[in-house]
Amino acid sequence: MSTQSNSMPESFDSQKIAPAAMSATRPLYWSVRRELWEYRSIYIAPLAAAIVFLFGFFISMVSLRHRMHGAWPLDSAQGRDVFATRYELAAALIMGTALIVGIFYSLDALYGERRDRSILFWKSLPVSDLITVLSKLAIPIVILPLLSFAITIATQFVMLLLGSIILLGSGVNIATLWTEASFVHVSLVLLYHLLTVHGLWYAPLYGWLLLVSGWAPRAPFLWAFLPPFVICGVEKIAFNTAHFLTLLQYRLLGPEDAMAPHSAPSDFMASLIPTHFFNTPGLWTGLALAAVFLAAAVRLRRYQGPI
Amino acid sequence: MTVIEARGLRKAFGSTIALDGVDLRVAEGRILGLIGPNGAGKTTALNAILGLIPYQGELKVLGRDPWTERDQLMRDACFIADVAVLPRWMRVSQALDYVAGVHPRFDRAKAEGFLARTDIKRASKIRELSKGMVTQLHLALVMAIDAKLLVLDEPTLGLDILYRKQFYDSLLNDYYDRSRTIVVTTHQVEDVQHVLTDLMFINRGRIVLNCSMEEFESRYLEVSVHPEQVAAARALKPIHERQMLGRSILLFDLMMLDHGDRHQLAALGDVRTPSIADLFVAVLENKPGSQTAQGAQGAAR
Repeated sequence: MSTQSNSMPESFDSQKIAPAAMSATRPLYWSVRRELWEYRSIYIAPLAAAIVFLFGFFISMVSLRHRMHGAWPLDSAQGRDVFATRYELAAALIMGTALIVGIFYSLDALYGERRDRSILFWKSLPVSDLITVLSKLAIPIVILPLLSFAITIATQFVMLLLGSIILLGSGVNIATLWTEASFVHVSLVLLYHLLTVHGLWYAPLYGWLLLVSGWAPRAPFLWAFLPPFVICGVEKIAFNTAHFLTLLQYRLLGPEDAMAPHSAPSDFMASLIPTHFFNTPGLWTGLALAAVFLAAAVRLRRYQGPI
Repeated sequence: MTVIEARGLRKAFGSTIALDGVDLRVAEGRILGLIGPNGAGKTTALNAILGLIPYQGELKVLGRDPWTERDQLMRDACFIADVAVLPRWMRVSQALDYVAGVHPRFDRAKAEGFLARTDIKRASKIRELSKGMVTQLHLALVMAIDAKLLVLDEPTLGLDILYRKQFYDSLLNDYYDRSRTIVVTTHQVEDVQHVLTDLMFINRGRIVLNCSMEEFESRYLEVSVHPEQVAAARALKPIHERQMLGRSILLFDLMMLDHGDRHQLAALGDVRTPSIADLFVAVLENKPGSQTAQGAQGAAR
């Protein structure tokens, strides 16, 4: 009965964890790992975006260096600007990639296991539907933001390194690039943005995608995107209003202050204090909606078998 | 101890009735074969037992309600649903890691031991394995779980005879220990004839025969009747008759014969225990949907 972890091989670090905690966190941990095994694009796509970006950055730096030979040696302020815009570009590119990956992941997460019949294997193991759906929701709202943050920071670091080497001896004061670089500023705002907007604000969107992926008999992409489209159209024709569209736009664009990384890096500390964001009613209705979608997806998975 | 107990188990898909009031009781340590034609309700019954589909009626598996407590049930029960449900993208090593991670009763060393006897490489993806190897892998995973109930739904479908034999051999030699319970459905009944301890025929959502293998062997007799004795044999009301190589093979239910008649049978021809498949055909052709195989009238067509 209660042999529990006794029969586990020694190598498993989890033996230290108390059995009670193990029963909840262990399946969750392994379910998330399982998702990363299956959907390797979760980390490969942002990494690839970063590498492609670094390649472009390298070319732009080399051409900058060539142009500098002629006329204007950069002063350190200009040098900083050159970096700051490119940092933001890197962050935006990786974030955008992660967003696309998140959307496609969520649409396949509960659909793929039904299509390839593997749901019967997953259901033969003592992992509840709640844990499974939670682990799948964790990918777009926890793992992807954190992952894109880490990749962005690493990319920016490599950019700084690469830029310093290329600009070495060009008259630019390299040291100020490192000390004054808006590196810390940008990265903190970025982390804040990723966790609040991508983690919390977008949670109902990912919840919806997961629900559709758990329900759709086929073509989850169509089922996810067509209904909102149709609702907007019907509303326009029937009442000549666009409330639903406004609602969607609000959800997609987010509350003004949360979309922070570009705006006012000077008072970024203020924007980091989350009271303002957490007072937005839209956040809480969104989270409530996400919880409803989640509960529906969990319940649905109980009924679903292979298709 | 009763492992599975069902009373009045019903399940309908739209207007199709898949299970029509099934009563079932499986005790600990039995190997039950659930035999039935396509669409008889075998898989539906197993799915209900495993908590994969909702149902009407009473059902307890290892004392739990499978529909509401599937995840807890799966600590003590496990199943091979089909040959092709292992995720094709997964590596063998990942499958071992994952099951070891989520299953508190999985013995990884044991699974590695089973795999060492096969040609399966740890680094292979499941999509790269042959059908037989996937089944070997799934069996290795399942046998390394210290479960009380193992459910196998067509585990050997599409496998050649060597893999099939090996499958049941390892199941009996390395897994079954008389305290574990196994429920298996298959169309390859000849493979399991000597594996089972209990036999259950199911047709159109109803159980049409339910007996232990000892009962089966002592109750049914097949007689390859000498041509000149056919009329005399038919007078004893066999439950089924078929022709093979010019001889009439008659199947008798000894419960329907009186003492004297039983002794007559040996004189009519060569007597042997029928195969499950032959009894299955006899039972199904006679009284589809009836509760027992008794009272079969007009047996031979």
